[in-house]
Amino acid sequence: MSLRRLLAAASILLVSATAAACGSSSGTAEPAASGSAKPDAGADALVVYSGRNEKLVSPLLDKLKAATGRDVQVRYGDSAELAAQILEEGERTRADLFFSQDAGALGALSKQGLLAPVAQPSLDKVSEKYRGTDWVGVSGRSRVLVYDPRAVQTPPKSVFELTDAKWRGKVAWAPTNASFQAFVTGLRVLKGDAAAKDWLDGMKANETQTFKSNAEILDAVDAGKIQVGLINHYYWYAKTAEKGSIPSKLAFLPGGDPGALVNVAGVGVLKTTKHAEAAQKAVDYLLSADAQQYFAKTTKEYPLAAGVEADQGLPKLDTLTGPAIDLAKLESLEQTLKLLQDTGVV
Amino acid sequence: MSRRVPPALLVPALVATALSLAPVAYLVVRAAERPDAALGVLLRPRTAELALRSLGLAATVTAACLVVGVSLAWLVVRTDLPGRRVWGALAALPLAVPSYVAAYTWIAAFPDISGFWGSVLVLTLCTYPYVYLPVAAALSRLDPALEEVSLSLGRGRAAVVLRQLRPSAAAGALLVAMYALAEFGAVSIMRFDVFTTQIYTSYRAAFDRTPAAVLGLVLVVVTFVVVLAEARTRGRAAYALRGTPARRRVAVRTWKAPVLAWAGLVAALAVGFPLVSIGFWLVTGTSRGLDLDTLASATAATLGVSGAGALLTAALAVPVGVLAARHRGGLARFVERAAYVAHALPGIVIALSLVFFAVRYAYPIYQQWPLLVLAYAVLFLPAAVGAVRASVLQSPPVLEEVARSLGQSATGALRRVTLPLALPGVLAGTALVFLTAMKELPATLLLRPTGADTLATRLWTETGSGSYAAAAPYAALLMVLAAVPGFMLGRRET
Repeated sequence: MSLRRLLAAASILLVSATAAACGSSSGTAEPAASGSAKPDAGADALVVYSGRNEKLVSPLLDKLKAATGRDVQVRYGDSAELAAQILEEGERTRADLFFSQDAGALGALSKQGLLAPVAQPSLDKVSEKYRGTDWVGVSGRSRVLVYDPRAVQTPPKSVFELTDAKWRGKVAWAPTNASFQAFVTGLRVLKGDAAAKDWLDGMKANETQTFKSNAEILDAVDAGKIQVGLINHYYWYAKTAEKGSIPSKLAFLPGGDPGALVNVAGVGVLKTTKHAEAAQKAVDYLLSADAQQYFAKTTKEYPLAAGVEADQGLPKLDTLTGPAIDLAKLESLEQTLKLLQDTGVV
Repeated sequence: MSRRVPPALLVPALVATALSLAPVAYLVVRAAERPDAALGVLLRPRTAELALRSLGLAATVTAACLVVGVSLAWLVVRTDLPGRRVWGALAALPLAVPSYVAAYTWIAAFPDISGFWGSVLVLTLCTYPYVYLPVAAALSRLDPALEEVSLSLGRGRAAVVLRQLRPSAAAGALLVAMYALAEFGAVSIMRFDVFTTQIYTSYRAAFDRTPAAVLGLVLVVVTFVVVLAEARTRGRAAYALRGTPARRRVAVRTWKAPVLAWAGLVAALAVGFPLVSIGFWLVTGTSRGLDLDTLASATAATLGVSGAGALLTAALAVPVGVLAARHRGGLARFVERAAYVAHALPGIVIALSLVFFAVRYAYPIYQQWPLLVLAYAVLFLPAAVGAVRASVLQSPPVLEEVARSLGQSATGALRRVTLPLALPGVLAGTALVFLTAMKELPATLLLRPTGADTLATRLWTETGSGSYAAAAPYAALLMVLAAVPGFMLGRRET
């Protein structure tokens, strides 16, 4: 490599470094991708940490500025990683609002006393099943079985049937997926640790196939590689909306089966916020008919605020016979994890 | 040469050491919060099992990288392999492919590849250049006279060549081993559970920082052992070269077809395959529409923050590398090893440790670009230190002695003799950090300014919503940009 080329390389680096220095010396971010946040909005902006994907929720969060009267900055990440970040930041967090993919991450912050109470009228919009006192669910998802009707005439009526030799090697799960782990936590809370362990052992002995995500399980069932999979309902509806029709079918499990757990994505206001009023308005917007319709139509989730119906084709939320469970208890994931590890499932 | 260390070296070297050790200090704080829980995690059988899985993966990947890296380096530098300049440039290019992208392209095309061997395949293809580059550099500077002597004594060529290559191969192998230990994205896509998976799971599922901290500390100890082993392997060989050797290339003759097939196979798997996959997504996904403003601002942010990260890393690596090459004794050894101890920690641990320190002691730069630049320096210091150290070792110390005898101060000799001679190595290390930083994801996600994006975080956003077609432009641009320094690194050694 000639000296000239080396110098050329060095100058490229210098130019880019200067660009970065300019970016940082003004103390601001590069222009935000979605246009949802003006970088110079500065300290007065309402800061949202969102564990939900930008592609999914940015159209909604873009409307928060009008709803709250403040500039809004959104920081996207993985729900649990953002929760860890807030725990690490403690009192000095820059977050005003935490929008989480699941109740567990909100429960963890609640347990550490980092969340402020949500106003009662807002709480009252949502069934007690789907909220705490310092966080509130805004959209719901049901655990379901997806099955291949080409191979399965009568789908199982309970997850407990899946340990039967009849299903050996034909069932798929995604044990590292957060929704699956929430389901196992529900199983533990409902049936006890011993029963949960028996089920996991039975499933493992029955050669249940391990996948990384719900979407991969759904694809495998549609491809005829797997007969039954444990997933969340909206993957199926979203894929059906995209493709027109797909070979697989869904079974919502009856009779309070743990495999029909309804979990929520929700929101909480940080105790340390300096914009409590705007944050509360943001919570109200997410529970408004406008935002709730968005969840129903776009993400195919269940709207949780009273008065808004689920999308066509979905069974109604109040007809679902999921298990009665305190979602705040789903925060006890540590024991679930230990159980999953002890049984060698993850 | 255990002269007193000049302050111009010592001060920045100690800064680098403090930065490198910060994550470890953070882990100790978090692990000590709940000693009982910490002990429980440590004694769990699963912890030992996962440690063995991680070590097994790292050992296998390292061995595979040594085979691929050394064989390619020898073919390119020491034989008359047809088209060896092209092969040389291609051999470094896999550095431009993010391992999570490579893993995804493989599993999308061959779903059955998942697990241990899939992880080995992807990590080997992505990291063998860490072995190839230093070995190719060392091979091109070997003194052929040594080989002639060995041949004349009837000992064959291989023995002496391999012996001379040991330090550079070991340095590359060390980087590969730590990369494999720290890797999360590719192994999780391959569904192979290792130590880092466990660290992520305890953050993600249990919201608990104590187990993650304990596991992180175990990784630090493992890394330290690996670093010590590498130090023993490379020994204290002084291999400064005086003058440029006249090289004679080995004729490949009848072996032409198989060696060409080997070089072609590696290039096809490591560079061709991901490129074709991304190209396919690009073509099938054009209807998705691309936001050019987003692409442009993400590109500018990527180049800016990675460039600044590379420069800062190089500035810290020079004093550490010079110390390691030119000074003996406890302090130099400590400074060099400290740079490595945190290197096997996954990005999220480094990121959280910087959150911990920044909110306490550097709040004004919290969630600003400078903090991310600092994170890149902590993450990628060892790669740059290795390059600097090797290039300083290759310049004869006697030149510095001459400068001193002519009245230069220690600092003056450093500035006017050592550094100019080590410049190619310093720039190579800078380029290596530059392209690695471009691909970095976990720390970038946590530490970037709110609302800002790099190409890697855009890629994460697009794939997170399942639209691989929409992710393709970001993956393609990232690989093309990272290929520029990658290409220069490859050309340098041929």
